[in-house]
Amino acid sequence: MSESTETALGLTESRSIGGRILKAVVYLLVLTMFAGPLLALLVGAFGDIKDPTQLSIVPSGFTLDNFRIAFDQGVLKYLLNSFFVVGFGLLLQVSVSVLAGYALARKVFPGMTLAFVAILATLMLPEEILAIPLSVVLADLPVVHFNLIGTLAGMIVPLGAWGFSILVMTEFMKDVPRELEEAARIDGAGDFRIFAQIILPMCKPALGVIGVFGFTMIWDQYLLPLLVATDSSSYTLPLALRTLRIDPAVTPGVVMAASLLALLPSVIVFLFFQRSFVSGLSSGALKG
Amino acid sequence: MSLDQADPAAPPAAGPAPRKVGRRGGGAADRRVRSRRGGRWWTPWLFLAPALILSLYFKFIPMVNAVTMSFQEVQPYLGNRWVGTDNYSTVLQSHGFREAVWHTIVLAVGQTFGAMALGFALALLMEGQSRRLGFVRSAAFLPVVVPMAVVAELWRIMYHPTGDGMLNSILALAGMGPSGFINDPDTSMASIMVTGIWRGAPYDMMIFLAGLTSVDRGLYEAARVDGASRWQRVRHVTVPGLRSVFSILFILAAIRGLRVFTEVFLLTNGGPNGSTEVVMTLIYKLGLEQNRLGVGAAGAVLLFVATLILTVIVQLLRRRESK
Repeated sequence: MSESTETALGLTESRSIGGRILKAVVYLLVLTMFAGPLLALLVGAFGDIKDPTQLSIVPSGFTLDNFRIAFDQGVLKYLLNSFFVVGFGLLLQVSVSVLAGYALARKVFPGMTLAFVAILATLMLPEEILAIPLSVVLADLPVVHFNLIGTLAGMIVPLGAWGFSILVMTEFMKDVPRELEEAARIDGAGDFRIFAQIILPMCKPALGVIGVFGFTMIWDQYLLPLLVATDSSSYTLPLALRTLRIDPAVTPGVVMAASLLALLPSVIVFLFFQRSFVSGLSSGALKG
Repeated sequence: MSLDQADPAAPPAAGPAPRKVGRRGGGAADRRVRSRRGGRWWTPWLFLAPALILSLYFKFIPMVNAVTMSFQEVQPYLGNRWVGTDNYSTVLQSHGFREAVWHTIVLAVGQTFGAMALGFALALLMEGQSRRLGFVRSAAFLPVVVPMAVVAELWRIMYHPTGDGMLNSILALAGMGPSGFINDPDTSMASIMVTGIWRGAPYDMMIFLAGLTSVDRGLYEAARVDGASRWQRVRHVTVPGLRSVFSILFILAAIRGLRVFTEVFLLTNGGPNGSTEVVMTLIYKLGLEQNRLGVGAAGAVLLFVATLILTVIVQLLRRRESK
């Protein structure tokens, strides 16, 4: 009975047949409940589903017709739009976060608290609350007078400064030892070299966290693309699902094929970077 | 498993070794170090500029606009007209808005409690180190990373209201139903809640699992020696040990719940018969479909104030926890 493996319920200790069966039943139930619907989606995407009642986790035939019809409906275009938004959105978000994190973590300067509070305050202003004025601002950016409505850029730039990523980077950069920086300074390195060659390479775990969270956050966006997109040429894949469903000529099988394409990227990212995800959850959940 | 525990001791390209820190040239080097450390005053602002400019454009200016618009009748091309607090009284006196607030609170509270209770139960069941358990945990976590739009479309199909719809077939096995689910005003709210709990519970489970690792194992041992039952052990050792996790998780979920939009928009869009209209779907309809931007903005400001109050509570709680 080693202490380190002891759990609250002590389930892992039960070695009896009854205990094992009970455990297996519980795990199966949990799997059915949470993975079951997703399995039904997978089966439905490859099945000949003409009607919502045919949804099932038991495969009934295999066909790629759903995907073929989905591509005819422009799903490939929507998928590419989504990839464009997530690609450039993530690039922007990560760059903004590491730069801001460096200043907030490694520098002492007048106005620092103010800058920090401003970043914190953005956490309380999510797209939902700002929806209406944000659509007004996007239609006519103050000073520069660009109209971003109907463009993919309009779905990207508002996500550039994400308080969560900036705070994760700041916290992590604070822990990089001072000595390395001091040594480089004596060698005559400026801030930009220290940032790029010393601090940044040490932040790989944090980069993983903000990368994974940023990806899922941007990929999951719905309201912002809804505000920005004016016609189907600028739809992202999540937006297009609703249009597909409303189209009477499209079967649920096609909607499920498109849905599968919409969930695969974030599921793949999660499965590959699970470690970063979990470590980010425990630190990040408590920051919102 | 916090970030702080991540190992920064193995940097791939750590630059010059710390040993190099040494005095070269005495006082001259000192001066150089000092001026370098300070840098030019604007260097930090240069690093911060992208974040601050983007926040200004897409957070602060919209927020200021929301407040001004909420006092105006917004007329594109004609110029806005000040109407004082008219928008606020329109919103607050409208039956639809009060209904929406009530629905939002019911949904937020129901989803929050449901997801936490289920998430806690899952965490207790899935605590442990075996590989098989890790697989089940990852599979159970999948709903969290599935985009909300996909979740909603999938559940729409599962909620098909005829007797041979997927969930109705399962209900029939238990001798119940068929239910109209999202198509019936009596069950529409509960159906949205179930979908939200399905997506929220695994998230809470992960947080609880992280919290469970920090509960003192010695206390379990002591409880066993005292002859406590499993239930007593959970009730008197685990739950108190996770108190801060419970309170923070609860309020954060409540804040997120206040601004619920996507799942309601896609599952019912407020229907049937307004039975699931929430604040955000109402604001969306007012502002962007009916173009009553001022009234919509007033609703958004009220929502912001509610969020702000809850956030202040979180901060106060957290401060108390850390003391």
